[in-house]
Amino acid sequence: MRTLTLSRNDLILLAGYTLVVLGGPIIMAPLGAGYPDLLQKFVIFGIFAVGFNILFGLTGYLSFGHAAFLGIGSYTAVWSFKLLTMNPLPAIVLATLLGGLFAAVIGYICLRRTGIYFSILTLAFAQMSYNLAYSVLTPITNGETGLQLVQSDPRILDAAAGRDYGAVLPSSDLFGIPMNGYPGFYFCGVVSIVCFYLAIRIFRSPFGLMLRAIKSNQNRLNYTGLNTQPYALAAFVVSGMYAGLAGGLLAVVDPLAGAERMQWTASGEVVLMTILGGAGTLLGPVIGAGVIKYFENIFSAFNEGILMAAFDFLPEPIQHLMVNVTSLFVGEGWHLTLGALFMVIVIFLPGGLMEGFNRLSALVAGIVRGRRDGASARGA
Amino acid sequence: MDAILLQILNGLDKGGAYALIALGLTITFGTLGVVNFAHGALFMLGAFCAVSVKALLSLEQVTEDATQLTAWGTPLEVRVPYVESWFGDFGTVLLDYSVPVSILVAIPVMLLIGVVMERGLIRFFYKRPHADQILVTFGLAIVLQEIVKGAFGANPIPQPAPDVAKGMIDFGVAVGMDAGNVVYPMWRLVYFLFSVAVIAGVFAFLQFTTFGMVVRAGMADRETVGLLGIDVDRRFTIVFGIAAMVAGLAGLMYTPILSPDYHMGMDFLVLSFVVVVVGGMGSLPGAVAAGFLLGILQSFASMNEVKSILPGIDQIIIYLIAVIILLVRPRGLMGRKGVMEH
Repeated sequence: MRTLTLSRNDLILLAGYTLVVLGGPIIMAPLGAGYPDLLQKFVIFGIFAVGFNILFGLTGYLSFGHAAFLGIGSYTAVWSFKLLTMNPLPAIVLATLLGGLFAAVIGYICLRRTGIYFSILTLAFAQMSYNLAYSVLTPITNGETGLQLVQSDPRILDAAAGRDYGAVLPSSDLFGIPMNGYPGFYFCGVVSIVCFYLAIRIFRSPFGLMLRAIKSNQNRLNYTGLNTQPYALAAFVVSGMYAGLAGGLLAVVDPLAGAERMQWTASGEVVLMTILGGAGTLLGPVIGAGVIKYFENIFSAFNEGILMAAFDFLPEPIQHLMVNVTSLFVGEGWHLTLGALFMVIVIFLPGGLMEGFNRLSALVAGIVRGRRDGASARGA
Repeated sequence: MDAILLQILNGLDKGGAYALIALGLTITFGTLGVVNFAHGALFMLGAFCAVSVKALLSLEQVTEDATQLTAWGTPLEVRVPYVESWFGDFGTVLLDYSVPVSILVAIPVMLLIGVVMERGLIRFFYKRPHADQILVTFGLAIVLQEIVKGAFGANPIPQPAPDVAKGMIDFGVAVGMDAGNVVYPMWRLVYFLFSVAVIAGVFAFLQFTTFGMVVRAGMADRETVGLLGIDVDRRFTIVFGIAAMVAGLAGLMYTPILSPDYHMGMDFLVLSFVVVVVGGMGSLPGAVAAGFLLGILQSFASMNEVKSILPGIDQIIIYLIAVIILLVRPRGLMGRKGVMEH
């Protein structure tokens, strides 16, 4: 029987990840990102991207509809707050399960085709969920306004436990610890560490190997008499559960759910996170999610005043020109930067930042070795 | 009976738009083997060709007429578009027909955009996996969208149809029914006829010209055509330009029906992909047939009688059909074996 232990390298990886997450507020402070709202986003979208990577990075199936599961997770969590209790645990468990359930249904249909057909089908399903959430399902999703908590929600379990929130709008809390600010971040952080551990396990398991085999040559697997469908479906469901969990956590730290979370540009964003970091690597998607959320935060905050100040050292006409050009890319125009980044990464660095790091370290190692060889040659 | 006829008519213009976009997508799949997620952005760019032409034509000359005073006692400002002061009545007509006139501008512009896109970006992705093609064109679509948003703003910009085609047409009378039963906006009929004409033009071009013959041969077996000493790449570049032009014209003529904004392309793109899948990847007649079919089905689904039985069906009918088709006929209506299977 395989034990639950990890190899030494994986242990170091997990320990490193744990350290960075738990020490996040201190480590990120010099970058100007040491505040809970942003840190929460880092870990939540990290979970989303890690889960997406289990599907895309391992099996090579490019889903363009994962935001649907994120949205479903958020709606589920908010409903759990409304109907059951303000405790986040049932909320995220239900969000994960429902995300997985929807992934099983959608995956069963979409996985009948591969390649582009698969991408288009998942895209169609996500768009369908988005349309439904906006129109017919308004009783469940509250349409354009978004699903919100109200004071008069039943909250059966809380009521049974004799808990009364009084006249204020309740916020989620874990046995009395409110889930906003740093406690919320640490809650998400611990969940993300567990998720990361599970991802390592999946990567190293025979199941993970099978998924990689699907990516490298599905035909050959079929010829050996293996039905790849169940494996791909399992990967799809797992990644759907990760997405549902991430959506649930988004609702935990801010009890709101809106349909725009399901839009296909949101699906595109998680794809970008994964390839920016490096699809198929363990750490890549987390890094990608962090980088994108970090720059989104920084770039969207820029406005003309800040830009004017930044280009203050230039002569006035050039200053105005620079401000006009750069303001296209920041603030409201953040999406332009995102799109351009998307293209640059796919064109020049298809392996993502992880590949960049590897190339860089290989280069450095090569230079060091070259020097040593040169020195020894001179010595001889 | 007349209700059914009206719904079919209602579906035709939307179906025409789907068919035109799906046609371009299919041509790009078939010739270059590239999945172009930026095709919807080309549709949108075409629409904004009409917006730009309209804006240019209606540049106004402002003169102050000292003989007339406004209610505030200032001299009345007389605004006359330059085209009217230069060309007189012809200028007025030109302004009125700004949407059809902008076709003349859009054809070279869209061809150029298509060729630049293919030479500058797409050709580096022939040998890359489909996932990379999807991702890079997706990025390009976002960039194009945001540039248009930066230049024209985020709000829809309404474009009027020419006065002649603004009204309604009583279609029922034409087929021998009572007046007033099947009344239909004129421009939608124009759009349908236009889309049929463009589709016929593309098919004739591929079927009856030597260039088209080479392109069809290249779609079937690119390598062999290359071995015969024909520069396939060059022709495929032009084909990409034509696909871009078709998408652009589809968007341009659609502007009086739907006021263009920067994300109109994305909405159409997702549906057009579904159309392509339903029609069968790589099949041109399939794309056209599925485009009209889904357009008409969508308009039937938005009838109140249908919606009262199945609420929300109008929102999802196209996706639902796609799912059913793929479960029953995995290659789509007219897909062939071995075309874009991986």
